[in-house]
Amino acid sequence: MEKKTYIQAFCTIENNKIVLNGETVFESENTGFADFSKKAYQHFEIGYPKFFKMDNLSKLAFLGSELLLKAQNPNDENNTALLFANKSSSLDTDVKYQNSISDKENYFPSPAVFVYTLANICLGEISIRHQLKSENSFFIFDAFNAAFMADYANILIETQKAKNVLCGWTEFFGEDYKAFLYLVGNEGAIENTKQNLEILYNK
Amino acid sequence: MEALKQELKEKIIAVLNLEDIAVADINDTDALFGDGLGLDSIDALELIVLLDKDYGIKLTDPKEGKHIFQSIDTMSSYIAANRTK
Amino acid sequence: MKKEVYISETNCITPIGFDVVSNVKNILDGNSAIQKHDNKALLDFPFFAAIVDENKLDRAFANVTSVASYTKLEKMMILALQPIIENSGVKISHRTAFILSTTKGNITALENSEATTIESAQLSNLAKKIADFFGFKTEPIVVSNACVSGILAVSVAKRLIQANVYDEAFVVAGDLVSEFVLSGFNSFQAMSNAPCQPYSENRTGVNLGEATAAVLVTSNPKNAKVKILGDGSINDANHISGPSRTGEGLVLSIESALNESGIDKNNIGYISAHGTATPFNDEMEAIAINRLGLQNVPMNSLKGYYGHTLGASGLLETVIGIESILQNKLFASAGYDESGVSQAINVIEKNKDAEIQYFLKTASGFGGCNTAVIFEKVN
Repeated sequence: MEKKTYIQAFCTIENNKIVLNGETVFESENTGFADFSKKAYQHFEIGYPKFFKMDNLSKLAFLGSELLLKAQNPNDENNTALLFANKSSSLDTDVKYQNSISDKENYFPSPAVFVYTLANICLGEISIRHQLKSENSFFIFDAFNAAFMADYANILIETQKAKNVLCGWTEFFGEDYKAFLYLVGNEGAIENTKQNLEILYNK
Repeated sequence: MEALKQELKEKIIAVLNLEDIAVADINDTDALFGDGLGLDSIDALELIVLLDKDYGIKLTDPKEGKHIFQSIDTMSSYIAANRTK
Repeated sequence: MKKEVYISETNCITPIGFDVVSNVKNILDGNSAIQKHDNKALLDFPFFAAIVDENKLDRAFANVTSVASYTKLEKMMILALQPIIENSGVKISHRTAFILSTTKGNITALENSEATTIESAQLSNLAKKIADFFGFKTEPIVVSNACVSGILAVSVAKRLIQANVYDEAFVVAGDLVSEFVLSGFNSFQAMSNAPCQPYSENRTGVNLGEATAAVLVTSNPKNAKVKILGDGSINDANHISGPSRTGEGLVLSIESALNESGIDKNNIGYISAHGTATPFNDEMEAIAINRLGLQNVPMNSLKGYYGHTLGASGLLETVIGIESILQNKLFASAGYDESGVSQAINVIEKNKDAEIQYFLKTASGFGGCNTAVIFEKVN
């Protein structure tokens, strides 16, 4: 890769806490993700009722992207690609959906649940919210793959498929979750490298 | 009929996750789709499941839903006339 | 100057053939894989779908290995990859990527209530099992991007090779027909109660299908079948389940691919489109194709032969599309009779001979995703 790209902002969501660029911006008591995500939604005055229709994975990805894209210049937005990955795909919702079809006597598959049994739906939610008609892709790895994420974001920018890339590791299964999202562009202080991503991810 | 309407409003709010809408916010004649409650195509499919699950009514043609799901009024009269449970 | 990237090996495992030759023969003979099934374990009522016969699969698999502990999907993926890895002569190294594309993978594992089922349903475990079978040395890359996954995987492979991250990539794509997806598409009232009819007046929805496909994407021009000229994967930003009414994301994806390819759009000789046969999808595609001025280019949907094979479809249809241009034959769009879209498109009604140098593959899916890739025949 000839051209360097940079991490412009980053955000971690785990253990009922949201940390933006190293600073805790929201924290709540341990009352489960549903309650935590609702309180965060209220705290940041998001005002987007569709949020409550989303599954947990989408809520997690949505909250992180909300904080990172809010500060962006609106003219750049349409050229911000989405590059997301996780370990458990949409399995959290898959299990919920499977339960709705496992009992033949009480068999009522829900279309509103089924639609979220695809990991990339969260990219659709973010794209709709921020009107990002841009490159997007969802990948699955056993664990956060910093090398791949750094390479692929660089490729998107270097080949001019996008000006910026919103990257995210958004893992959700059961009550275990961790989101690490960051915005990559041509300028910034932290170089978008495997090493730097690993440091920020493990912070 | 009033009880059914009340029940329907509660169910719609719960099933469709209409977090910031209360029963009192929904008028019997309000449009459920479009400018009214702003429901969309997935909500319509979910209402079809609700009819089946709670009232034993099977809609096979989604186009039928258009008339039935116009408002709480139209929905409750359809349920009252066709319910099997 | 960007590095040139090719597809040099292809294969597919479908209900109408366990290699490319037999699949193409069946398509030319008009034999569809879609049949009526009455299987209460899958769906409460009879349905049309394209399902791979398990006995036939096991017989073919026994020729590859005697190890039995693989799921149906894993067997189909291994069978798709095995001959192309062997024929390619590629020595698998740290410069060889393995990319697996699927939407639901081993989702049927969730039907068991044991604690280990979640592990078995993890897509990274599926990828690891296939990778270990062939001895891949790099971490598998799983693409799971709804119904564009299969063709998106080709685009991802090409981009990584062009950026010199890898020298070549073996790409496999697959999905099965399961109670999970059947009940889901049915709850969306998106299933056709007859063989599907993409772009037709009387189309009522999809048939689901199962298949795997595999290709070798490489910077080595030896035995190249097609060159990958350009690609784009752009979201509609409109709705999570309904396609955009204006075809915006698909238009932008095709424009992005065209722009990169450097070819004039009038050079495209064939479009292998998505064509799921739902009323909204096919209409959206017709609008997008017209907005781009591509309405006279011959196009087909292969869903009439294979049903919608979800994460496999984009790659399977690319494999067949490659044969189409190598053999100079346009395949009829099965199930098509009378146009049922609001704008004119050139749906291929009968198999015919045609000299084609460039073809466009497109796909669209839930989440508002779209992918377009342009290929050039290598003579």
